[in-house]
Amino acid sequence: MSTGTTKLDVVVSDVVPVNELVTRFHFRRRDGELLPTFSGGAHVVVEMRDGERTRLNPYSLMGSPLNTSEYTISVRRDDVGRGGSLFMHRSVKPGLEMVISYPVNLFSLDLRARKHLMLAGGIGITPFMAQTSQLAGSGGNFELHYTCRTASLGTYADVLQQRYDRRVRLYHDDLDERIDLDRLLSSQPLGTHLYVCGPAGMINWVRDRAAALGWPSETVHFEHFAAPQPGAPFDVTLAVTGKTIRVGSQQSLLEAIEAAGVDPPYLCRGGVCGQCETNVVSHDGKFIHNDHWLSEEDHRSGCKIMPCVSRFEGKSLVLER
Amino acid sequence: MGITFRKETFRDDFTFRNSPEHIRRFPFPFHEDSYMYAVNIEPHVVGPKGSVLENLIDVDEHYVAEMQDRALVLAEDPLRCQSLPHMTLAGWDLLELLMEQQALGYPEHFTLTRDGDRWRWINRPLGIDDTFTFGDTSTLPYGPMEYITRQSQGDFCILDQRDGNLWMDAGMVTTQADWSLDFDIGMNFFEWHAPVPLAHEKGIFIRALKFLTNIQQGKPARRLNWTMTINPRLDTSPENYHKWGPDRTTVTPENVGDKVHLRVELQSFWRLPRSNGVVFPIRCYLIKMDELVTQPKWARRLHRVIRDLPEELATYKGLTRYRPTLVEWLSKLDDGSATSPGFGPD
Amino acid sequence: MAAKSIISRPVYGTLSPQAGKHHLFVADAEGALAIIGMAKNAPAGFFDGAEIVFIPGSDGKYVAALEALKPAQLHLAPSFPSLLPRLRQTLTNAHMGLRLYLSGTEGLIGQAMQVALEAGIDHTSMQTEHRGSLARRMQCVHCKGITENVTTQPASCSHCGLLLLVRDHYSRRLAAFQGVCINAEDRSEIPPMEEIFR
Repeated sequence: MSTGTTKLDVVVSDVVPVNELVTRFHFRRRDGELLPTFSGGAHVVVEMRDGERTRLNPYSLMGSPLNTSEYTISVRRDDVGRGGSLFMHRSVKPGLEMVISYPVNLFSLDLRARKHLMLAGGIGITPFMAQTSQLAGSGGNFELHYTCRTASLGTYADVLQQRYDRRVRLYHDDLDERIDLDRLLSSQPLGTHLYVCGPAGMINWVRDRAAALGWPSETVHFEHFAAPQPGAPFDVTLAVTGKTIRVGSQQSLLEAIEAAGVDPPYLCRGGVCGQCETNVVSHDGKFIHNDHWLSEEDHRSGCKIMPCVSRFEGKSLVLER
Repeated sequence: MGITFRKETFRDDFTFRNSPEHIRRFPFPFHEDSYMYAVNIEPHVVGPKGSVLENLIDVDEHYVAEMQDRALVLAEDPLRCQSLPHMTLAGWDLLELLMEQQALGYPEHFTLTRDGDRWRWINRPLGIDDTFTFGDTSTLPYGPMEYITRQSQGDFCILDQRDGNLWMDAGMVTTQADWSLDFDIGMNFFEWHAPVPLAHEKGIFIRALKFLTNIQQGKPARRLNWTMTINPRLDTSPENYHKWGPDRTTVTPENVGDKVHLRVELQSFWRLPRSNGVVFPIRCYLIKMDELVTQPKWARRLHRVIRDLPEELATYKGLTRYRPTLVEWLSKLDDGSATSPGFGPD
Repeated sequence: MAAKSIISRPVYGTLSPQAGKHHLFVADAEGALAIIGMAKNAPAGFFDGAEIVFIPGSDGKYVAALEALKPAQLHLAPSFPSLLPRLRQTLTNAHMGLRLYLSGTEGLIGQAMQVALEAGIDHTSMQTEHRGSLARRMQCVHCKGITENVTTQPASCSHCGLLLLVRDHYSRRLAAFQGVCINAEDRSEIPPMEEIFR
C-alpha cells in the first residue's frame, strides 16, 4: 500500500519580504475552513507550477501550531539552485492558488526532554519558530542559539528576542561571534535534548562535537533537507515499465521518474524520510549520493538510491521502478 | 432516531446480547477458510452504511453498558489507565479526535461546540455536559485521555514516536485480550509484542512498524485481530486471569453456543497532530456462538478455521482446553459446502 | 549468559569505554570483573573522570582490584537500597556527557537502570554487562508485589501466594520479569517447581 500525504488546496494570502534574501508566504484554505493542526518541526511540500515544469519543495511551517487559520513558510532566495526559490520570490503573489501537502513532521520534539537546546544557522531558524511557540505555550524549558551572517540577515532574530528574551542568544559572523560549542554542550543538565537545523557543515560540526562529548545519539536531533543538486543529464531505465528516460540537468531523478508516469511514494523530497528509496538493478558508472537516509554501507553497495536528491554519472543505470 | 442502548452486563450474570441487526453488522474477521498472521493493514476509510465501518469511530448499542463496565474496572484497579508525563499533549490530541468523530457520526447523541479554546461537550447517553478550556488540564475532572476514554468504546494505546520506533507511553486498557498496560507501558513496538508467537520470525512486526511510523495525518489505517473468550467478559486482563481463567474449564457440548464468544478487535491507527504521536484504538466486538451461527456461512468457515489453526496460535489464544468441544459442536453446522469469498454473511 | 529468548528479555553486552566527560559505574559482586575487563581497553586517564559505586558482597572480594584502577571515586555500599539516595543525587546534578555503566546481577542492572531512566537517560545509551546470579526480580501481575531473587520455575508470589509462571517478558520501568498465575484455569494442577535461575 502506498503512503504519502493528502493534498490541501490553498490560496496565497500574503507575501512579506523579511530581508534581502528571505520572503515569507502565508497560505489559507481555499474553502475557508481551518488548516490541519500540526506539531513544531513539521514541514509541507509546496507544489510550484512553473509553466510546463512542476517543482515540489519542502518548507518548515513556522507559525504557531496553535494558529491553524493560516500556514506560514519562509523561503531563502537561492540564485544558483534549480529555480524553486526564485519561482517563489518572483512569481508567487497574493491570491495565487497553490497545492501543498498535509504537514509531516520528521523533526519532532522529544517531549520527554528535561530541556530543549536548539541550534539554528541561517534559514534553519524556521522549524524552531514553531517549536519555540509550541514549547512556550506549554511551559517547556528551551534555549535557542542562533547563528547568522549579519544582523540584517538574522531572519526573525528580533521577533524571537522580543518573545523569549534571554532564552535566545545570537551570534553574528560579521562580528566574529562564535558559539562556544564545547562549553555549551558540557554545561547542559542530564536529560537535555539537542536540536540542530542549518547548513550541512554546521549540522556535521554539532553532531561530531556532541558525540565526542558523550551525547547519546538518541538525544541529538537534526534536520537538513538536501536540495536536489543540478548536474549533467543522464539516462535511466525503469525496469518495471521498461521505459528509458532522460534526467535533465535541472531536474531531479524523482521528477524525471514522475514525468514518465511512475509515482514513487514520497514525504519530504529532501533525502530524509526514506519513502522513495529505490533498488538499483544494475549500473555502470558512479552514484552521486546526496541523501541523509541511506547508510554509508548502502551508498557504497551501489544497490540503492534516493531519487529525490541523488544523481548518477556513467554509461547505464537500471532501477527497480 | 438514534441508537437504543441496551441495559446489560459483561460480568456476573452476563446479560450481554447482540440484537439481530448487530449480529449482521458483526465484523467477522475471516475472509477465507483458514487463518494465519499477515500484515493485513488497509486504509481506515468509511465503509457501507449499517456496517461497523459506517463511522471511523463506531458507537453501538453496547456503548452505555461498556462505559459502565469500564468505570467498574477502573474503580477496582486504577492502573488500567496510565499516561507517562510527556504524553499529556497526546491526550489532548486524542480528546479532540474522539469528540470530533463521535459528534460527527452521532449528532443526536454527542455535540461539540468550539469557541477558540473554550469547548463545550455534550454526551447525552451518559448525561454529561461539560465546558472546559482545551489544553488546560485543570478544567477537566480527569486528565484529557482518561476523560474522553471513559466515554469511548474500546481500549486506547497512545504511542510516542521517536528513534524510528513506537513507544507505548499512555493508554486506557480495560477490555484487553490478556495483556497488561501496567507491565507494558514504556515498551517499544517489538517489546510489547514479544510474547506473540510465530509473527516475529515471519518479519511481520518489522514491516508493520515501518508502515505505522509512516502513518500520516488525515490518513488512518486499520486491521482486524481476533481471539475467543468464555462468557461475554470484556475485562480479560492478566491481572484478573486467576478469576476468569477457570471459565475455560466450564465449556461443555451443551453450553458451547451460549458460553463461547468470538472476540474481534478492530484496531485502527491515527497520527496525532500536536504531539506527532500515534493513537491505536482497539475496539472489541463480542458475539456468542449461538448468535454467530445464525449466519450459515460464518458457521462453516469458523469451523474450518478453528479446526485447522496451528497449535502455537491455539495455545497463545488460550483455546487449548475447549477447542475439541468447540470444533465438534461447529462440525455439525458444516455440511462441507463451499463458502463465498469475503467477510460478510450470504 | 541467558539463553536466546523473546525480544522483551533484556540483552546484555560487554562494557566498553564510551566518549564522555564523566563515567559512572554501578556494579555488584562479580560485576567488578566486567569493569576490570573493560579497563584493559580504556584510554589512558579514563578513570580520572570515573566514579565507581560497588556492592562487594560479604567476602569483600574485588575491592582491591577496583581500587587499583584509581578511579576519581570509589564508593562501597552494603546493598542496593543503601546506594539509592547517592545515585539519585549524582544523577540529579549530572550534566550531559555523563555515561553510565552497569554490571553484575540482573537485579542490580535493572534497578539502577530504572533510576537512570527516571533521570532522563535512554536505556539504549547505557552500557550493561551481566555477571553472576541469574536470579530474577519478578512482579506478580495479579497483586503487583515484587518478589526478589526468584530462582525457581514456577515460583510463589511472596505477597499473595499465587503460583506464578516466571515469563521472559521484562519491564524496564518496573525492573522486573512478569509472573502470571500458572494454574489459573484449574488450581488443582500443580506443576513441579524446578530451580532454573541460578
